[in-house]
Amino acid sequence: MAEGELKLLGLWGSQFVNRVRMILEQKGLSYEYFEENFVNKSELLLKHNPVHKKVPVLIHGDRAICESLVILQYIDENWSGTGPPVLPANPYDRAIARFWAAYVDDKLLPLLIDTLKAETEEAKAEIIAGVHAVLEMLEGAFKKCSAGKSFFGGDSIGYLDVTLGSYLAWIRAEERISGAKLLDETKIPSLTEWGNRFLAADCVKKVLPSVERVEALARMLIAKEKSSRLAN
Amino acid sequence: MEEAKGEEVTLFGFWSSPFVHRVIWALNIKKIKYKYVEEDLCDKSALLLEHNPVYKKVPVLVYNGIAIADSLIIVEFIEETWKENSIMPQDPYEKAVARFWATAAGDGLWQFFITEGKEREEALTSVINNFELLEKELIGKNFFGGDRIGYLDISVGWISYGVPIFEEITEFKIITEQKFPLLHAWMEAFSNSEFVKDTLPPREKLSERYRNVWEAIMQKKN
Repeated sequence: MAEGELKLLGLWGSQFVNRVRMILEQKGLSYEYFEENFVNKSELLLKHNPVHKKVPVLIHGDRAICESLVILQYIDENWSGTGPPVLPANPYDRAIARFWAAYVDDKLLPLLIDTLKAETEEAKAEIIAGVHAVLEMLEGAFKKCSAGKSFFGGDSIGYLDVTLGSYLAWIRAEERISGAKLLDETKIPSLTEWGNRFLAADCVKKVLPSVERVEALARMLIAKEKSSRLAN
Repeated sequence: MEEAKGEEVTLFGFWSSPFVHRVIWALNIKKIKYKYVEEDLCDKSALLLEHNPVYKKVPVLVYNGIAIADSLIIVEFIEETWKENSIMPQDPYEKAVARFWATAAGDGLWQFFITEGKEREEALTSVINNFELLEKELIGKNFFGGDRIGYLDISVGWISYGVPIFEEITEFKIITEQKFPLLHAWMEAFSNSEFVKDTLPPREKLSERYRNVWEAIMQKKN
């Protein structure tokens, strides 16, 4: 397919969008990016994702692909000859990567949303403990998946790297807001090192928003939550 | 039956779980011989907890000593490991569509089942919108997979018995022949297929199970 036929609908702060952008970057695929409005969804978005009306949506010619993890697999399978693979080749390794990616979204997303709403110190402490527990689980997963290499995907960044890695901007912003250390090298040494390698990669640097920007967004959302609670 | 020398496939399941049924259907289509272990969900076996320490749930597939959890992940693993009798489409876009609907098709159905009033109305709107789109996926086909049952049929197959049971308990019909002719026909074709027919527990037993679950939830709310 000719270049210029790929479009991506997204939101700059969305970890789901950013993981897709990182893989597109790594694969060297050009695309037209459309920044959506959180409140006023575009006609293009409503047309191409009538079910969930959410980003990311990858539009490839006349095809629309929704759901970040589905999109990552589509990119992997449609451009299998270009750039490093997204998922491993072996069926068992693929199943493990899929399992942990689903686990990441299943556990981290609700915790992230809770950080925006938490009012009391107890609530905040519980969330921090929750994030620690998830990251400790992933420390173990990293050791198994990487088998001594740099990334979950081996030598290059892959499916599970970008799924978890896309949360790093939010995790680091939350560290600043809460004062708690989440990427604690004493508790999760391998994962902390992985995080540093991940953030240094080109395809990540070009995509992941700065921690300052994400912190500002998070603070704005927290304030918004607070004022809507007080209004009720 | 396909089973290479020294290979062993075990499925840990629970009789009424739609997630377990997905794996059974995939194993049947692929003609894979397996050992089935029925779990007591109130008293999970040590083996299950060892094989799925993260979620402690069924289904879990154990193949040559290694464990895979999560029904859709297991189905893709089965497809990739045993090459004969393919269930996934070949085209990457068709795969993407199937993977999307595998999880989206059920959106709203559980909420419809366990809520009332305005909440139920909202859930129903979502369900009907999804079913209208799913109906379009069946145009010109007997199954979502085309002539044969495929990954999407397996993934949403629980609708073929689950929705009629929800309809019975809530006394509200969603999938009528008039409103969703293709989906209605698909439900029948799927249930009667050789790979599905003898896999399900008796309808009355399933109905009773769903009713008990529903009553327990509704009681808790009131």
